[in-house]
Amino acid sequence: MEDFTVDGNALAGALAQSLGRDVTGERGTCGHCGKASLVAELVVYPKAPSPVARCPHCGDVVMVVTEISDTITVHMDTYAM
Amino acid sequence: MSPISRGFHGRRHGTVDPLRVPPGQYVTRDFPVLSAGPTPRAHLDDWTFTIDGAVQSSMSWSWSEFSALPAETVTKDIHCVTKWSKLDTTWRGVSVDVLFEGVTAEGAYITAWSDGGYTTNLPLADVRDGKAWVAYEYDGQPLAPEHGGPARLLVPHLYFWKSAKWVRGLTLTVTDEPGFWEGYGYNNYGDPWREQRYQGD
Amino acid sequence: MAGAALPGRLTWQLARVVEVTPETAQTKTLVLDAPDWAGHRAGQHVDVRLTAEDGYQAQRSYSIASAPEDDHLMLTVEEIPDGEVSPYLAEELRAGDELELRGPIGGWFVWEGSEGAPLLMFGGGSGVVPLRAMLRHRAATSDSTPARLVYSARSLQDVIYREELERSADGVEVCLALTRSWPEDWTGHRGRVNDALLDDIAWPASDTPAIYICGPNGFVEAISRRMVARGHDPVRVKTERFGPSS
Repeated sequence: MEDFTVDGNALAGALAQSLGRDVTGERGTCGHCGKASLVAELVVYPKAPSPVARCPHCGDVVMVVTEISDTITVHMDTYAM
Repeated sequence: MSPISRGFHGRRHGTVDPLRVPPGQYVTRDFPVLSAGPTPRAHLDDWTFTIDGAVQSSMSWSWSEFSALPAETVTKDIHCVTKWSKLDTTWRGVSVDVLFEGVTAEGAYITAWSDGGYTTNLPLADVRDGKAWVAYEYDGQPLAPEHGGPARLLVPHLYFWKSAKWVRGLTLTVTDEPGFWEGYGYNNYGDPWREQRYQGD
Repeated sequence: MAGAALPGRLTWQLARVVEVTPETAQTKTLVLDAPDWAGHRAGQHVDVRLTAEDGYQAQRSYSIASAPEDDHLMLTVEEIPDGEVSPYLAEELRAGDELELRGPIGGWFVWEGSEGAPLLMFGGGSGVVPLRAMLRHRAATSDSTPARLVYSARSLQDVIYREELERSADGVEVCLALTRSWPEDWTGHRGRVNDALLDDIAWPASDTPAIYICGPNGFVEAISRRMVARGHDPVRVKTERFGPSS
């Protein structure tokens, strides 16, 4: 069974609502492997309690976006934008 | 407040029995697959299950040793924080009580850890006394990888994110260490009957 | 590319359904009136959120099928069997209903025309939706950029916007690749997109086409890899993945 993934474009709405700008075309550096990637190209696992974005190079978690009680929180301790 | 979408029910149908189904949940007949990352593919030759950390001495079993432990078949209801509940699910596995025979705990918490890096934390008391298993069969079949196979933790009295898929061990800790979802705003304990989904609930 | 500033912080707004139009057996277009809509760029998408009477919510993203110049905002929805949201949008939703949406979203997978470089698009299944918005925008602005769309679908019955694509404007070439079945006398491409087709239709890397690839993950990965292997600068290849190939 293929893993269900989409790309960072799927997070664009929540990110835009939280950060106040579209970030899909911006680059971030993975805190685990040091390589850069476009937000649009992150590997996103949408079928999770909250969507989880992983680095397309090393696969480690770089971002988790939660929408809890109408508050969007973008956790990106391991993704430097 | 979002407006109601006329006629929208999602996949949910029928009424729920409040004695069986915790608040805010709906009953599903299918078995949704949720994951924070790629499905690990374990090789049973390399698979081990370990109890370590704040213990007098660690324990570890290979797959063949683990399979030889006394196992039981249990039927339980399970409840996911994303609001689906599945009733009468049947599992076969080793009770965590069996795994703890001969283990002297020196901490009151555990972190369950899995292939792929997932972790979740629980009080030790919540996996003792018939409350938890390491399960390797679901519905009479070997547990499929997408549902956590070869083995997953099974703790049905808490939201199902505590039932760590692809579990490889329990590490005892002296202090409570938030696991993956707990660190992202999900409730530290996760009792579905008190609807403890998120921090502060 | 610097983040594009939005006119006010993006948030949820209401649209009213004007019409639900069948496209193929599996797809329908939702024609919407969104009074608070600030306009969009071709290639962007919206998040749609549904709320049940007990407060239960489900949310999905849909590419915008309309050009910024069109009278109404349009979304084309593919109905996934046993899906949670798409069957509601495709079967239950009707004119007069309200729909909650957040958008427009996505500033990277957009095409605005008049760049000079030709436009080369690859759509797999419902991945054609944002590309159709790009073609409509091109036509509405009388843009003369040479454009080619390679659209991969299972069969002719699965081709969305078929008549519209057949009537394409000057300077637009549409190539249909049918992967599962085709008419006996089919003169389009048979089977998946392959190097032979790319040899025929893709501009060489020296022409620096702006490349857009949208559809199932496998489709996007395969074409993206081929284009980079053919020498196209990865920076010129923009992708949008809709999920695993079914």
